[in-house]
Amino acid sequence: MGRVTTPAPVELDEPASELGLALQDPWVTIVWNDPVNLMSYVAYVFRTYFGYTEEKATELMLAVHHEGRAVVSSGSREQMERHVQAMHEYGLWATLQKSDSV
Amino acid sequence: MRPFKRRRRGGVVAVFEPDEAHVLANLAGQVVELLRDRNGASESDPDPLAVQLGMGGPSLPPEDPVLRRLLPDAYGDDEEESAEFRRFTERSLTSAKVENAERLIASLEAGGLDDEAETDTVVEVELDPGDVQAWLRSLTDIRLSIAVRLGIESEADQLALAESDDPAVSTMVDVYDWLGYVQETLVGALD
Repeated sequence: MGRVTTPAPVELDEPASELGLALQDPWVTIVWNDPVNLMSYVAYVFRTYFGYTEEKATELMLAVHHEGRAVVSSGSREQMERHVQAMHEYGLWATLQKSDSV
Repeated sequence: MRPFKRRRRGGVVAVFEPDEAHVLANLAGQVVELLRDRNGASESDPDPLAVQLGMGGPSLPPEDPVLRRLLPDAYGDDEEESAEFRRFTERSLTSAKVENAERLIASLEAGGLDDEAETDTVVEVELDPGDVQAWLRSLTDIRLSIAVRLGIESEADQLALAESDDPAVSTMVDVYDWLGYVQETLVGALD
């Protein structure tokens, strides 16, 4: 009976795994719709806090409004935690999660 | 109220009737009290080292629905992570919200709001860029708080409330709408 060969574990060196992380942007910040926050204010927050153009900020605001939520940023977990904390200070309802569970 | 507008040089200005300024300061004060109650009297002067070490910060979400909206869970799908995050960050979020509300009240007082005197003098506020940020956030916190108390969870709720026969509800809805107008003119003055 033949044996299936088991591939040896691949050892990724450090730069490769760092690159992988950067490409995957494994965490996301999600802003959820609420009936309270003004559309102008939500777009203002996206523009001034994230530095998005007026067009992109408006697009994201409309996505939140019509689809109930939108991914507004992706990156490391620590970055997303900072963004969520900032959104909560603005009074926007935001959460973070792994990007593969969106 | 004379809505917010940008001065050619300097800040953003608006003029409030005395009653309007009183209502606004009173609501901001209520938000401050609510947030202080959440973390006890020591919250106003937290030990920075203890905060950094994550000591003493609450890990469970608040029971009061208003506070739960002002201080929401950070991880939508993970209670344990939310609790851990809350333990390290809720106090600084609470402090920031308290500072924003206090800065809003201070602007009104600088503009002539006087709790003691019965006066007809209007309250003229002039906001620097830091004040503007505090006002935007604090107006949001106040509107979120009123919305939770009124039970506004959807745009349909809001329309239904506008039809309410209950005078107390109608008054609160008017205040809520007016606060939205104040914030709208403030955002508009920044462009």
